[in-house]
Amino acid sequence: MTVLELREVSKSYRLRGFLRQGPELQVLAGVSLSLKRHEILGLVGESGCGKSTLARLALALEKPDRGEFLFLGRPYWRLPRRERRGLRPRLQAVFQDPAASLNPRMRIGDLISEPLRLQGASREEARNRTLEMMKMVGLPEEALSRFPHQLSGGQRQRVALARALITHPEVVVLDEPTSALDVSVQAQILNLLLDLQRRFGVSYIFISHDLPVVLYLAHRVAVMYLGEIVEMAPAADLEKPGLHPYTELLLASIPGERRKRPVIGEPPSLLQRPRGCVFHPRCPEARPICQREKPPLRRVSPEHFLACHRR
Amino acid sequence: MEGGTLLQVQDLVLGCRGRPYPLVGRVSFRLRAGEIFGLVGESGCGKSLTGLACLALFPPGVKPLSGRVVFRDTDLLSLPEEKRRKFRGRHLGLIFQEPLNALNPVFTVGHQVEEVLHLHRGLSGETARQETVRLFSEAGLPDPELRLRNYPHELSGGMRQRVMIAMALAGDPDLLVADEPTTALDVTVQAQILELFLELRTRRGLSILFISHDLAVIREVADRVAVMYAGEIVEEAPRDELFSSPLHPYTRALLAAFPRLGTRKLEVLPGQVPPPGTWPRGCRFAPRCPEKISLCVEKHPELKEIRPHHRVRCLRV
Ligand SMILES: Nc1ncnc2c1ncn2[C@@H]1O[C@H](COP(=O)(O)OP(=O)(O)O)[C@@H](O)[C@H]1O
Ligand code: SF4
Ligand code: SF4
Ligand SMILES: [Mg+2]
Repeated sequence: MTVLELREVSKSYRLRGFLRQGPELQVLAGVSLSLKRHEILGLVGESGCGKSTLARLALALEKPDRGEFLFLGRPYWRLPRRERRGLRPRLQAVFQDPAASLNPRMRIGDLISEPLRLQGASREEARNRTLEMMKMVGLPEEALSRFPHQLSGGQRQRVALARALITHPEVVVLDEPTSALDVSVQAQILNLLLDLQRRFGVSYIFISHDLPVVLYLAHRVAVMYLGEIVEMAPAADLEKPGLHPYTELLLASIPGERRKRPVIGEPPSLLQRPRGCVFHPRCPEARPICQREKPPLRRVSPEHFLACHRR
Repeated sequence: MEGGTLLQVQDLVLGCRGRPYPLVGRVSFRLRAGEIFGLVGESGCGKSLTGLACLALFPPGVKPLSGRVVFRDTDLLSLPEEKRRKFRGRHLGLIFQEPLNALNPVFTVGHQVEEVLHLHRGLSGETARQETVRLFSEAGLPDPELRLRNYPHELSGGMRQRVMIAMALAGDPDLLVADEPTTALDVTVQAQILELFLELRTRRGLSILFISHDLAVIREVADRVAVMYAGEIVEEAPRDELFSSPLHPYTRALLAAFPRLGTRKLEVLPGQVPPPGTWPRGCRFAPRCPEKISLCVEKHPELKEIRPHHRVRCLRV
């Protein structure tokens, strides 16, 4: 069953210019994506490719310019306000820097219980559930009355997780949740994420620039380049041949593995989105057609989609 | 890679004004001519301070409490600051994570490299300009002549890092200290910058002290690797040996916690690195070590050569 779906969504921002309005920056260009119940969908791509914008759309924090956002089968932005408000808490987020997303003046106990209190839970119930959540994410009870700055980065991320899960949401969107953490702490949080996903039966959209991390966690992976999804496949399929040339480039870029092909070029700015296939200026396999025609996202096997003229 | 010793760090201990405990200590290692020596560890373990000390640089308040940093025959720490500066200009280069902090936003990148050439090699005018173009192209900047007139903010992160590398090469150094030089870059750009470091080493016979928290990056570039934990080196070995048969419990735990392609299960290493001032008296890793014995809590292990070129700081190895 699909819990969340983005259908052909686009999003642009008007850049501020000096005196005049600046150019329009199209960040997402017709992106489609769906998330199944109990699924971990990994979203990978380089900086500025639109991952975080996609996250904000999937969290209903922003409205797409075009396209549809469906949550639990309902067209979110076409629902009456009251209904939207009822759905919001069932979507939760965890960001890279918990120091920035956790109110520094609130105590840990209040931070974790706040979403529940907002739903009208009693003080007693909120306290019990908070203690239960703290145990599940591995926070000591003493942390209850501490402030975020008194905790380590890893512990703050545990707080963010407890806060996100306390209301038993349907979906949690995690945007680079371990990118600022040390290796040993990252492993703790990754394994905790897997454990919590199973316990709560929740679905994740897990966003990261780090492909090995995404592949460790995700059931399915979507690869983004310049505001488009160029490939979507079960994680296991990324070990097989026949991938999108950009996915191959990402795999070849992973340090410390034996490099199978040269790595060239840098991702261009969104302001200079190439015509035709967005990847053609960097693609070693580009042909004239790639400059003229945009390849559609095609299904190549039941669960595997990619957008390339040559695959 | 059996070059002679270029830089030797001996029993280096670093402290900070107003703090009764060391930040780094004691660290000893040798860098050979023409090798890339990787320094890896989690944040706060002392990598950056150690790297800066190799250039006789110390952040405000930080000072060496003991030890020596010997470059060829010169003990850098015993030189007066004026001489150190000259010495750096001619022999040493520094590259760090965010080139924007190191480049001046109001001058073109061409101008900034020409300055360095003037200061350290006495070049000026057309000669300096030509040499800048040559350095830019050596650092892999596309259209090097056009780049001369760019301001730092007009360049991508990858290109700025290439400018930094060109600037570090301007004094024709023998040793580069590169502190997390690819950490802020996208993976595809990182891959290219790592190849550039490997090329520079081969072409120029440079020695590079390459610092990173990222085991995969170190695995890609380093000839030999030292793993730091809580202000000291706990293991040092040739790259392949370190990754295929790590001996120190911390190195092994770190590798098991690091996701690679095809990793099915990450082993969790509980806890975190103790900050300076809270280091345990015995083995600094003891509170987290799955293999500790009672002796570990009392006795601080020495870094011992277990096999040729393989040093380990553990009572049980
Ligand atoms: N300028 C400074 N003054 C005081 N303490 C410092 C300074 N720079 C670093 N430290 C401390 O020294 C320890 C080692 O720092 P650093 O060398 O930056 O570690 P790493 O590069 O491995 O992350 C850390 O605990 C850090 O907080
Ligand atoms: S469509 Fe053409 S340019 Fe785009 S990825 Fe495929 S081969 Fe390369
Ligand atoms: S000395 Fe003891 S505590 Fe330290 S790493 Fe070795 S076994 Fe572990
Ligand atoms: Mg550092």
